[in-house]
Amino acid sequence: MTKRQLTIVQLYPDDMNIYGDWGNVLTVKKRAEWHGFEVELIDYNVGDIFPESADILIGGGGQDSGQLKVQADLQKLAPTLQALADDDTPMLMICGLYQLFGRFFKTSKGQIIDGIGIFHAETHAGPERLIGNIVTHNEQFGDIIGYENHSGQTYIDSNMQPLGTIVRGAGNNGQDETEGCIYRNVIGTYLHGSLLPKNPAIADALIEEAAKKKFGDFTPTVIEDRFASKARDVALKRPR
Amino acid sequence: MPKPHIAAIGKVVRHVTRLRGGGSAFPGLVIEKIDPDFTRETLASLPYGVVIISGTNGKTTTTKMTVELLESQGFKVFTNRTGSNFARGVTAALLADIDYRGNLDADVAVLELDEAHAVKFVDSVPPKYSLLLNVMRDQLDRFGEIDTTAGMLAHIAAATTGTVVLNREDPRIAPIADNLPEATKSEFFGLSETLRAKFPSDDDLHRAVNSTNVRDADVILQRIDNNTAVFHMDNREETVQLKLKGVYNIYNAAAALALTRTVAAERYNKKALLDALSDVRPAFGRGETLTLDGQPVELVLVKNPSGFRLALESFSPDGFATMIAINDNYADGRDMSWLWDVDFESLRPLGVAQVSGVRAYDMALRLQYDEVEVADVTTDVEKALAHLRSKYPSQPKRIFCTYTAMLKLRASLGKITEVERIL
Repeated sequence: MTKRQLTIVQLYPDDMNIYGDWGNVLTVKKRAEWHGFEVELIDYNVGDIFPESADILIGGGGQDSGQLKVQADLQKLAPTLQALADDDTPMLMICGLYQLFGRFFKTSKGQIIDGIGIFHAETHAGPERLIGNIVTHNEQFGDIIGYENHSGQTYIDSNMQPLGTIVRGAGNNGQDETEGCIYRNVIGTYLHGSLLPKNPAIADALIEEAAKKKFGDFTPTVIEDRFASKARDVALKRPR
Repeated sequence: MPKPHIAAIGKVVRHVTRLRGGGSAFPGLVIEKIDPDFTRETLASLPYGVVIISGTNGKTTTTKMTVELLESQGFKVFTNRTGSNFARGVTAALLADIDYRGNLDADVAVLELDEAHAVKFVDSVPPKYSLLLNVMRDQLDRFGEIDTTAGMLAHIAAATTGTVVLNREDPRIAPIADNLPEATKSEFFGLSETLRAKFPSDDDLHRAVNSTNVRDADVILQRIDNNTAVFHMDNREETVQLKLKGVYNIYNAAAALALTRTVAAERYNKKALLDALSDVRPAFGRGETLTLDGQPVELVLVKNPSGFRLALESFSPDGFATMIAINDNYADGRDMSWLWDVDFESLRPLGVAQVSGVRAYDMALRLQYDEVEVADVTTDVEKALAHLRSKYPSQPKRIFCTYTAMLKLRASLGKITEVERIL
């Protein structure tokens, strides 16, 4: 029997790929393989032709200069991405692309970088960077553990769900106790660390949604997560 | 010329601090308070001025090499040897070297400065020469973004009055030459096309290497065969046997050569220069080798993804028991994300004998995803070292470690074997 195949698309790895974003792609790829899937990994960069099939999309962070580079291309891609999101395709967008999945990012120089509005949210450059270890909580995933490092302050509209509520750290804006955003199966967050290796429940949820959508079912394998669990215990005790 | 009584006070504070076992920077703090001009005035007396070395990777090794190379050209060199690569550390190092009247017996100062500290330092002490090595992702939790760091290095270059020596192969460093003040000159060091492929910059992480290079370089590292390096300079090839290991240490030698040739000017003596280069030993923790139970133990400092990638590429794991020790204190970088930008597949055939440090489990987790076997994990560095020693008694050992993990390892190793004192 040929293996079931999942296609992972990494968005803009050339320009939006900083602080271990590869760790998230690698984690989904390996765990999908360990759960018995064959994985096709496709890089999508500015000017590329968007792949016909995309089961999971992962995008990372970037500097302001990286965001400017991808801005126009992202606008062209917006209808495709919106359709995929509305059709329940799982996606994970970290930091810079999380911001651009909102309506706009206003830089410290007052420049507006248009987003694509999948998240009903907007981001404003803040006076200081929000940096340090962070823990948030989500009912489905439990404690979400990572490291944040961003100057943008994101405010999500009241009709949107945050990914987590703050246990420790700053989160979206340092004020309203929220972190990240969820729209259908699209997750946006500021957490690095990398996020998925230390939060395998989120990785497995992305894979499960993709599998159910494509094949109608998902039977997980038991994966040895001892190191992840120990790394979480340690991270929880580290100072901000 | 600094005021003699300030020099005397500073030296007394330094002695008292050392007697009490205090840190190397505290006397510098005292002097900054009572005479903010002390460092500037003392350094202004040097006939060949101040040389600043900055960049993300290789500052300590390159500074050590440059000092030894300049000494081979007959210079008396002042340097901040203790690794205090910030302004207060320079002041503290000055206090150690001046006499009680405030005189510094040197021709030139060669200072290793961290990018952020160098920016403020050059505003008060404009260097005559600067060497800018590279800008890579290092502790972005501290500096914010890589473009910010590049901006800091451009600021150092703009404050330089004589010549700026630049890494031709770094896409953020080389263009600094195009925006210098009119009186400031630039020189380059570079790699041959074959070697360039071995040095991924951060931009090349997921991208093919850009191989078009139009700038002429004063010194080019042509090729490496184990410890033999061939440099191209003055239109000919020079072959040098080195004590340094690893391609990136040897590329730093090209940087130190270019800088020394620039500073030495009319004093230049090529034979003495190349002889001195072949004698240079690695700086502590930068591939230094200790002996434990008759077997070598190599300490390799890793502090950012590019440095770790180059270290793995430079040192073959064959025959070695490999240990990795990762801490997450301020000096190490607090965000563990960087481990995910390093490819560990080269360790897969032999596996990793021991993982340790505060973030040992983050490292073990990283290796799990590259399917590298890990024989043992413990966060306690001293226990890890004891375990490594008892489990692999007759094998050479190599320990990749972050900065504070390295300090801890050296302290632990100091209890069981000979370790050179650094302060």
